[in-house]
Amino acid sequence: MAEKAKKEEKNRNKNNLFPENSSGSNGGNGQNGDIIAFELAKKQQEISIAEFFEKNRHLLGFDNKRKALLTAIKEAADNSLDACEEAGILPEVHVEIIEMSEEKFRISVMDNGPGIVKEQIPKIFAKLLYGSKFHTLKQARGQQGIGISAAALYGQLTTGRPIRIISKISPNYPAYYYELQIDTSRNAPEIIKQEEREWDAAHGTKIEIDLEAIYQKGDQSVDEYLKETAIINPHATLIYTNSKAEQFIFARVVNELPPQAKEIKPHPYGVELGYLIKMLRNCEERTLQSFLTREFSRVGAGTAKEICEKAALLPNTKPQAIERNQAEKLISAIRQTKIIAPPTDCLSPIGAKNLENGLRKEINAEFYTSTARPPSVYRGKPFIIECAIAYGGKLKSDKAVTIMRFANKVPLLYQQGACATTKAITTTNWKAYGLSQSSGALPVGPCVIALHLASVWAPFTSEAKEAIAHYPEIIKEMKLALQECGRELTRYVNKKYRVNDAIKKKSYIEKYLPHIAIALKELLSLSEADEKKLEEAIKEILEKTRQIESLSEGEEAPDDGRAPLGISGSVEEELEDVGKPEEDSEGHKRKKGRKRQGEMDESEEFEDNDL
Amino acid sequence: MMNEEMLKKIRELSEGLYNKIMHRSKPQLSIPVRALSNVEYNKQDGYFEIGPDKKTRALTVNTSKTFAQTLRMLALSKNLVETDDIATKREAYYVSKNWGDARFLEQPESDMVMDDIEAMFMVNREQLGFIPEEKGGDVSGRLIVIDADPETGKEIRIDCTKMGTGAYSIPSSVEHLKFDTNAEFILAIETAGMYQRLVKHAYWKKSNSILISLGGVPTRACRRFIRRLSDEMKIPVYVFTDGDPYGYLNIYRTLKVGSGNAAHINKYFCVPKAKYFGITPQDIIDYKLPTHPLKDIDIKRVRDGFKNDPFVKAYPEWQKALNQLVSMKKRAEQQALAQHGLNFVITDYLPDKLANPKTWLP
Repeated sequence: MAEKAKKEEKNRNKNNLFPENSSGSNGGNGQNGDIIAFELAKKQQEISIAEFFEKNRHLLGFDNKRKALLTAIKEAADNSLDACEEAGILPEVHVEIIEMSEEKFRISVMDNGPGIVKEQIPKIFAKLLYGSKFHTLKQARGQQGIGISAAALYGQLTTGRPIRIISKISPNYPAYYYELQIDTSRNAPEIIKQEEREWDAAHGTKIEIDLEAIYQKGDQSVDEYLKETAIINPHATLIYTNSKAEQFIFARVVNELPPQAKEIKPHPYGVELGYLIKMLRNCEERTLQSFLTREFSRVGAGTAKEICEKAALLPNTKPQAIERNQAEKLISAIRQTKIIAPPTDCLSPIGAKNLENGLRKEINAEFYTSTARPPSVYRGKPFIIECAIAYGGKLKSDKAVTIMRFANKVPLLYQQGACATTKAITTTNWKAYGLSQSSGALPVGPCVIALHLASVWAPFTSEAKEAIAHYPEIIKEMKLALQECGRELTRYVNKKYRVNDAIKKKSYIEKYLPHIAIALKELLSLSEADEKKLEEAIKEILEKTRQIESLSEGEEAPDDGRAPLGISGSVEEELEDVGKPEEDSEGHKRKKGRKRQGEMDESEEFEDNDL
Repeated sequence: MMNEEMLKKIRELSEGLYNKIMHRSKPQLSIPVRALSNVEYNKQDGYFEIGPDKKTRALTVNTSKTFAQTLRMLALSKNLVETDDIATKREAYYVSKNWGDARFLEQPESDMVMDDIEAMFMVNREQLGFIPEEKGGDVSGRLIVIDADPETGKEIRIDCTKMGTGAYSIPSSVEHLKFDTNAEFILAIETAGMYQRLVKHAYWKKSNSILISLGGVPTRACRRFIRRLSDEMKIPVYVFTDGDPYGYLNIYRTLKVGSGNAAHINKYFCVPKAKYFGITPQDIIDYKLPTHPLKDIDIKRVRDGFKNDPFVKAYPEWQKALNQLVSMKKRAEQQALAQHGLNFVITDYLPDKLANPKTWLP
C-alpha cells in the first residue's frame, strides 16, 4: 500500500500537472505533509473477509443468540448432508446441544459421510470463502464456503474456544483430530492442536463448536429446523438431542438417495458482461467459436456461429483478444439467439412422492398431495419447484396455513414475509380450493404447504440464506405447483363433503320418515301394523331416490328454502353450496390450466431473451 | 263447502299418497303456483284467475322434512274439520311443537305450509279449520247484519247505525251472515283516521251509505264481506284511498280483483264491481292538494305494475293515471283534503265526486 502511494507521488511529480499547488501555498512543510489524501491513504488498508464478518455477523445469520444456535447447527448439518449425498452414502446425522453454563452451549454434529482428507481440514473449517461448491454449477445446499467457518468464527468470538473436528476417511486410515482458530486479519487457519486419534466410526466427520446462544422451542427453533430437514430429506436419518436431554429420532423413510446432481457449464443466458470478460481472459481455447461451445452448455457449432455473426465477430477471433465493447456485442448477440434451455441433470429434486412421504411422517393430517413441476429456467439457471400439501386431521382450521419453505433441501425459517414462496401462496386464489382467504393474505385452514426450490443457484435475498428472491419465473412456477396441489385438495374436500352430505341425508330419512307415516295413519285412521308397513315402504323409496340423487350429484336442490335442513348447523350447508358447483368449474379450469401450462413451457425456454 | 265434502277431498288425497307409497313409487304433492306470474285477469268476471302453473313436491330425501310437515298439517286440518273446531295460524304453529323433529321453528314456515295445503285443495283456509288472527275491518252505516248467537244459534240482528262512535267488526268468516239494507252505496276507506272523521260526522246518514274501514290492504274476510254485499244487495262499492301507488295497486287492486298469493281463491274473495273513487292523480291537481314526493319504492311499484300486473295491463285508464302520477313525482294522502278545512271532505269533496262519475277510475 505504502509503496503504491510513493509510486503515485512520483508519477505526479514527473507529470507536474499542478506545480503551483505542490510548491505554492504549502511551502516549507515538506513536500506532501499536509495533503489530506496522503493522510487518508495511511489509514486505507485491505479488509480481511474474516474481519468483515466479525463485525457484520448478522449477514451470515448470527444476529442474535437464538438464531446463532440455529445457524451454527444448520451450517454443520447442511455440510454433513451434502457430503453424504456427494459420496453416495445414505446420511445419518447426529446433532446434540449441551448447555455448558448460562447462554453458553456446545453443539456437536456427527455424520457418516466420506470424511475429509487431513490437509484440507484447516482450510475448510477455519478459512472463510473456501469451499468446493462456489465455482460449480450444480445443486447443493452450501454455496459460498462461508457457513461452517463463520460458525467457527462466531464460537471463537463469543467463547474464545477453538472449533474441534475429528474426521476419518476410511477404516484403513487413522482419524485426525484438529483444534482450529481463525486468524481474522489474514483469514487463515491457525492450528491449535492436531493429532491422530482412535475413532470407532468407519468414516465420517464430527465437529464441536462452543458458542454463546439461547435455546428456545417454537417456530424458528432448532427443533423445528431439524423436523423440517427430516421432511425435505426423507432419505436421511437424524438423531437429535436438545439441551433438555430430549431425544428425537427422525427415521429414514426412503432408502434411495435422490439422483446425484451433475455439474454443468453456465448457460449463455445467465452470463453477465463482467463474468463473460473474465471467462474470455482466463480461457484456454484458441477461437471464439470453441470458447462458446466448450465453456457453455447448450451451445453447438451452429449456435456459436450464429452468435458470432450477430456480434459481428469472426468465429476464429482469439478469445483473449476480445475487448470490452466487443464482449458487450457478444452479450447482446447471445440474447438475440435462440438457445435451448440448460440441461437439468444438474438438479437433484427430492421427488413429489418423497416430499409427500416426508410430510406424512412428521405431520399428522388426513390428506396429503404433492406435485413436481417440470424444470424451468431463470437467468439461465435451471430450477424445479416441488410442492406438497397436508390437510385436515389434527391441523388447526382457524389459523393461517403453515408454510414450510425449502431451498435445495434446506428449510428456511426466517424472513417468511420476504420470501418468494410466501408471495406465491398469497397471490394464489385459495378460495377456489376450499380454504378461506382475505385478499393478499395467507389462506386460513387446516393445512401445511411445503414448497421446495431446487436450483443450481438458489437466489437468496441475503447471504444468510433466509428467503428466496422474487424472480417472476420462480413465483410463476410456484403458483402452478400450488394450483396443481390445490386442485387435488379440492377434490378431496369435495369428496369429504359428499360423504358428510350422505350421512346427513341418511339422518333425514330416519328423522322425518316416521312423521309421514304418523300423518297418513291419522289421515286414514290406519292401524299400527299398517303404519309400520308404510314406514318400511317409505324407507325403501327414499333409499332408492337417495342412490339416484347421489349418482346425479344432488341435481335436485332442496326445494324448501324455509327451514334450515341441516342437523349440524348451517355451516355445512353453506360449504356444500360452495363445494358442489365448484367441482364443475374446477374441471373446466383444469383443462384450461393444462393447456396454458403447455404453452408456457414452450415459450419459457426463450423467455430469458429479455434479460 | 260442506265439512263432509272437505273431508272427502282430504281422504282422497291421502289415499292417493298411501297407494303410491305401498306400490313403492314416489308420492308427490301438486301445488298451484301462487304468484302474479301465474294469474290472468278474467275481465268478464272481473278477477285474477289462477293459471296452469303447478309446483310438484315429490318425496325425496331433500324434501322429506317439508313433506312430513305438510302431511302432519293436513292431519291437523282433518281433525279440526271433523270436530268442527278452529285453530288460528299461530295456534297451528304451536300444535306443531308436538311433532318432534318435524316441528316448525318459526310461524312463517307453518303459514307457508298452510297456504300450500289451501292452494292444493283450491279452498279457503277457513274451510280447513284455520283462521287468521287479523280481524276483517270496521263497518258502520245503513246496514243490518244478521248473525247467530254462537251458543244458542239464535238469530241476532246487528244494526250498524247504532254503533255510536264505534263500529261493527267483520268476523274472520262471513259465509253464514245475512244482510238487510237499503243503502245507496258502500264507501271503502283506506285509513282509520278518515273513517273516524266520516263516522263522527255521521256522513252515512247524509249520504245513505255504508262506511267500511279497510285498514290497509283488506283482509280476505273484509273482501268477502264487501263482495257479498255487492252481489247480494246490489250496492255499488266506491273505494277511497290515499293517492299513491300503494293505495292504487295494493289496496284497490287487491280488493277489486284479488292478489297473486291468494290466486286460488280470488274468485270469491274480491269485489269486481268496485270503482275507484279517489284520490286520483287528477284530484291532486283539481283540488290543489298538498303533496309529498314519490319515494323510490313507489316508482318501483308502478314499474312492476306495468311489467307484471295483469290488472294494470288490462286498463289504459289506470296506465294513464299511473303515468300521470309518476310524471308529477307526487303523492297525496286522504287527510291532505284537510288543507281546505277539516270537513271539506264531507261538504265538498265527496259530494263533488259522487256527482261526477267521470272522475273515477275503473
